[in-house]
Amino acid sequence: MQYPIYLDYSSTTPVDPRVSEKMVECLTLEGNFGNPASRSHLLGWKAEEAVETARRQVADLINCDPREVVWTSGATEADNLALKGVAHFYSKKGKHIITSKIEHKAVLDSCRQLEREGFEVTYLDPDKNGLTTPSAVADAIREDTILVSLMHVNNEIGVINDIEAIGQLTREKGVLFHVDAAQSTGKIDIDLEKMQVDLMSMTAHKTYGPKGIGALYVRRKPRVRIEPQIHGGGHERGMRSGTLPTHQIVGMGEAYRIAKEEMQDESTRILALRNRLLDGFSDMEEVYVNGDIDHRIAGNLNISFNFVEGESLMMALRDLAVSSGSACTSASLEPSYVLRAIGLNDELAHSSLRMTIGRFTTAEEVDHAIGKIHEAVAKLRELSPLWDMYKDGVDLDQVQWAAH
Amino acid sequence: MAYSDKVLDHYENPRNVGKLDDDDASVGTGMVGAPACGDVMRLQIKVDDNGVIEDAKFKTYGCGSAIASSSLLTEWVKGRSLDEATEIKNKDIADELGLPPVKIHCSVLAEDAIKAAIADVKSKRSNEKASA
Repeated sequence: MQYPIYLDYSSTTPVDPRVSEKMVECLTLEGNFGNPASRSHLLGWKAEEAVETARRQVADLINCDPREVVWTSGATEADNLALKGVAHFYSKKGKHIITSKIEHKAVLDSCRQLEREGFEVTYLDPDKNGLTTPSAVADAIREDTILVSLMHVNNEIGVINDIEAIGQLTREKGVLFHVDAAQSTGKIDIDLEKMQVDLMSMTAHKTYGPKGIGALYVRRKPRVRIEPQIHGGGHERGMRSGTLPTHQIVGMGEAYRIAKEEMQDESTRILALRNRLLDGFSDMEEVYVNGDIDHRIAGNLNISFNFVEGESLMMALRDLAVSSGSACTSASLEPSYVLRAIGLNDELAHSSLRMTIGRFTTAEEVDHAIGKIHEAVAKLRELSPLWDMYKDGVDLDQVQWAAH
Repeated sequence: MAYSDKVLDHYENPRNVGKLDDDDASVGTGMVGAPACGDVMRLQIKVDDNGVIEDAKFKTYGCGSAIASSSLLTEWVKGRSLDEATEIKNKDIADELGLPPVKIHCSVLAEDAIKAAIADVKSKRSNEKASA
């Protein structure tokens, strides 16, 4: 086994060797290094061909027209382009945007920026399972609403929003619908013929492609317009200027091609491993799964070990690469805003661990993780005054704590 | 985040973990922090007739630095008089453990814990005298 055991696939994935092989072919003098925008010679044409093949591969995974795919540097840029691009183009139509409280910061911070520019944003509360319901969206839509932006799959708890139902609703109301699909591509089916989504953000590095490349889907029928955010040579139909990084794009294309081909089998295998992991904790007291367990991607397990603080837990799990919703692990001293928004109390938010399983995870690794976590939780509970109090039957909610 | 060797040592081998009998008049308990903030410390001291701390125990819910701060503190207070123990400052703990700025609050909490434990045992004793 290789240490640390990687259980953080929602943060990023290693590049599949089949992908990196294709990428290195597009770098050196002997390879396909030309500028895809060069129209005057063979090297430019060859590079352009590789870029267009990749565009088709991306379009195939999500079932759309390749001309609807705009390359960006990643999902953060795609989110920025979608939100600001739509807001700036349609601002005469209205200035109201709807999103949820548990979106990725790329969406939330873009919304904050738009608020500073005079837009009004409604931040929906998810339900206790972490889902944003179509009825919550319907209730929030107003005369001046121009855009709804929601994530397909939440990055922390892995829950899946009903994009098809919400898309039907926004289309009926004549409101544009943007979906952040950074966590869903290659994990669950995305069919843009069926889903009435107008814009969708994607990234390569969470689907076994390289970091630094992503795409924004922009619907052609009915046509969606966006104001570009990066100006220059007019690449990507003027929506996003900048020389196209052939090797990155080829990497994303190949990664998405593999995803389309292997997704079904891979999900089955990963789900079995996730269930194995969860079963491994069934004999422990005071363990809580955060977020809906059924409407969830196969690879995600977000779980709280009550009375144990997340950072100290991770300290004991140094040969596991996992992440925690505890405050101490982030620059801010607030525990996860996602876990708070789905109603977890602070203790449980501080006690959470996110483990995400992927293509290269083995059963042996999962078993090792279960053993390590058992040991660590037992040790830290032995150290925890809260565990003592719980065992003595003290109701911790009734204790007057001095917040500091 | 990288931890200092001293923090790691206290985290791996915490000293004086446990619980003293709170009903004992010679035992003072300091419980500080809040679960909502991610750390709770319970520090207990047992004081002999001469006002010297003969035993100290702790339990801490919190990050590695919080555990290390309270573990170190139990080592330091043993054998000291209550007045001497009052002199321990959070800066001493932070310096000894090499805590980074974001973890200074852990040492502050430890100082609060020993102060609270001392206050508790003092008030127990004065109550005892008053009732005697």
